Amino acid sequence: MLRLEKLVIDNGGFTLSADFAIEAGRKVAIIGPSGAGKSTLIGGIAGFHPVVAGRLIWDGKDLTDRPPGARPLAMLFQDGNLFPHLTIAQNVGLGLNPNLRLDGMQWRQVETAIAHVGLQGMGARKPAALSGGQQSRAALARVLIQDRPLLLLDEPFAALGPALKNEMLDLVDRLASETGATVLMVSHDPQDARRIADEIVLVADGIAHAPQPAAPLLDDPPPALRAYLG
Amino acid sequence: MLILGALIAVALRAETGRGMGPSDWAAVRFTVFQAALSALFSVALAVPVARALARRRFPGRRLLIALLGAPFILPVIVAVLGLLAVFGRNGWISVALGAAGLPPLQVYGLHGVVLAHVFLNLPLATRLILQGWQEIPAERFRLAAQLGAGPHAMWRLLERPMLWQVAPGVLAVVFAICLTSFAVALTLGGGPRATTIELAIYQAFRFDFDLGRAALLSCIQIVLTGMAAMIALRMSRGDGFGGGLDRPVQRWDARNPVARVLDGAIILFAAGFLLLPLAAIFLSGLGGLAKLPASVIAATMNSVLVAAISALITLALALPMAVAVALGRGAFVEFAGLLGLAASPLVIGTGFFVVVYPLVNPTVLSLPVTALVNALMALPFALRILVPGARQVIERSGRLALTLGMAGRPFLRRILLPRMRAQIGFAAGLSAALSMGDLGVITLFADSEQATLPLQVFRLMGAYQMEAAAAAAVLLLSMSMALFWLLDRGGRWHAEA
Repeated sequence: MLRLEKLVIDNGGFTLSADFAIEAGRKVAIIGPSGAGKSTLIGGIAGFHPVVAGRLIWDGKDLTDRPPGARPLAMLFQDGNLFPHLTIAQNVGLGLNPNLRLDGMQWRQVETAIAHVGLQGMGARKPAALSGGQQSRAALARVLIQDRPLLLLDEPFAALGPALKNEMLDLVDRLASETGATVLMVSHDPQDARRIADEIVLVADGIAHAPQPAAPLLDDPPPALRAYLG
Repeated sequence: MLILGALIAVALRAETGRGMGPSDWAAVRFTVFQAALSALFSVALAVPVARALARRRFPGRRLLIALLGAPFILPVIVAVLGLLAVFGRNGWISVALGAAGLPPLQVYGLHGVVLAHVFLNLPLATRLILQGWQEIPAERFRLAAQLGAGPHAMWRLLERPMLWQVAPGVLAVVFAICLTSFAVALTLGGGPRATTIELAIYQAFRFDFDLGRAALLSCIQIVLTGMAAMIALRMSRGDGFGGGLDRPVQRWDARNPVARVLDGAIILFAAGFLLLPLAAIFLSGLGGLAKLPASVIAATMNSVLVAAISALITLALALPMAVAVALGRGAFVEFAGLLGLAASPLVIGTGFFVVVYPLVNPTVLSLPVTALVNALMALPFALRILVPGARQVIERSGRLALTLGMAGRPFLRRILLPRMRAQIGFAAGLSAALSMGDLGVITLFADSEQATLPLQVFRLMGAYQMEAAAAAAVLLLSMSMALFWLLDRGGRWHAEA
């Protein structure tokens, strides 16, 4: 379980507060108007923005002061999820060891992960030689191999077309169900939330509200959400 | 055209029939060797300094990085005096060694030349490499941090590939700069074992008045520097590190105490190496400021005049060239700019001398020629400053101006020049400061009556009037900085963005 205990996150002067818990294995969409603090919330959980008050707890362990790499989570950003000068296999291999010192078995593991996201035989290519959707798949292969219990998505598929985006969301859904990972996903499209989320965290005016079941919330939105949905 | 004319004059005058003597070959070997050493040391030292500056945020960091730009307009003769005050026979270190019963440092010769070149080029190398570091997008560091990369993994993943791209270009640039070094070799080198080609040209001129030999040496110099400049240009091109959104870089891998202490020590050492000689100049020179000889005052007037004219010529040449390049008509113009990089002051000076010698007494023209040659030297830098600005203005406002029917002079006067004020001021300031501090072509032309301030400092040094030399150096440094500051500020005054 991920507990945000009276958490206040600072993003260059903008603060966001959150005080709730998320059950393990849930898929949670974070929605709200742009500038409300969705990315701040997820960046704070990942360790990229300082926590100025409260605590962040995962499975009873305090994560509040850990550096980003030492948290039990994998994250996909809006952009820049692959190193352009490394091959796909190397990019995925970083998920096992950031020094890229891998043995034969680990390289086979990398190959398996690449195949698992549908990129068989493309491990030797550089990211620039892949389409946008294939790049997303490669980044997901690394997330898969990182094998962290918590997966944070900061709108990594926003630049893809609707069909491709849905394909990626379904892939995330499938991978998360296979590994049992907890997923936190920033989105500004309620359709994304409806597609894979169990619960929704509404972020508005610097406050992240406690998660609520997705379908009922979207069917009968409270005023703040209705204002956003239009 | 001016450069080409000078080069052709040199080529025609060169006495190829006689061939090169052993001392000429020695000069070529020494020139290449010292430039290679200087480049290696500068870059090797710049890498850790740049890394420390890239990883740390501390009060005064911006100031320090701004100061790293200063040696570019630091008059070489001032730097040499400062280095002598610290590393010379009677310098601080030698005095300390003497107190410990050890012999004083010997600064003249190859190692002195290399020391001065490293002093002058370490800041440039550091800035170029730091730029490489800063061009790694923050997103990459963020991604690497998310993957748990420590300092070693950061090095393998991001920093080493970046250096493979950036360092060769920096090496080539420093190498090319050191190839044409004259003032350093004149003051710290000399003798058969430490003579650069530039110095050999000067000696052939002043002592033997052997124009043929000077011209021949000039030809060799042109070939050498031309090749080096071409290599430098080719190598400094790279496709970079992919785009980022300029998020501020945060480094989670460098927070352990060992890295902190190491980076701190490196920064302190570099700052000390760069600042102590300048401090030494000020300490020994300030006292003598009040009793400067009249010759220094006259030389100062000459220098300011030369610098002002030189800055004007630079702008008159560079602005049309920059606009031409920005409009895409620039292949020839860029070639001309390259020529400016490849030709050295003494080579062009030799060319002019050869041309005017049959007509008038060259000493009459010493100051105008100095201003002109200085302007040509500053041209490549002015172009590098002005071209991006001109491009940006034309890209942003060109279409709008066309729809309004603005073209030609109105566009120039109403849009281009006002929008480029900051760059024009910067280019003018740089050009004036470079000219103010230049000790090159003036040595060929001047007689004992005429001098610029750097030449006067050199003469005082030669006469062992070190206190007066230091005082004049303080004056020179202050004037250079003041000129630069004035013009640069003037350009930015009320200029938005």
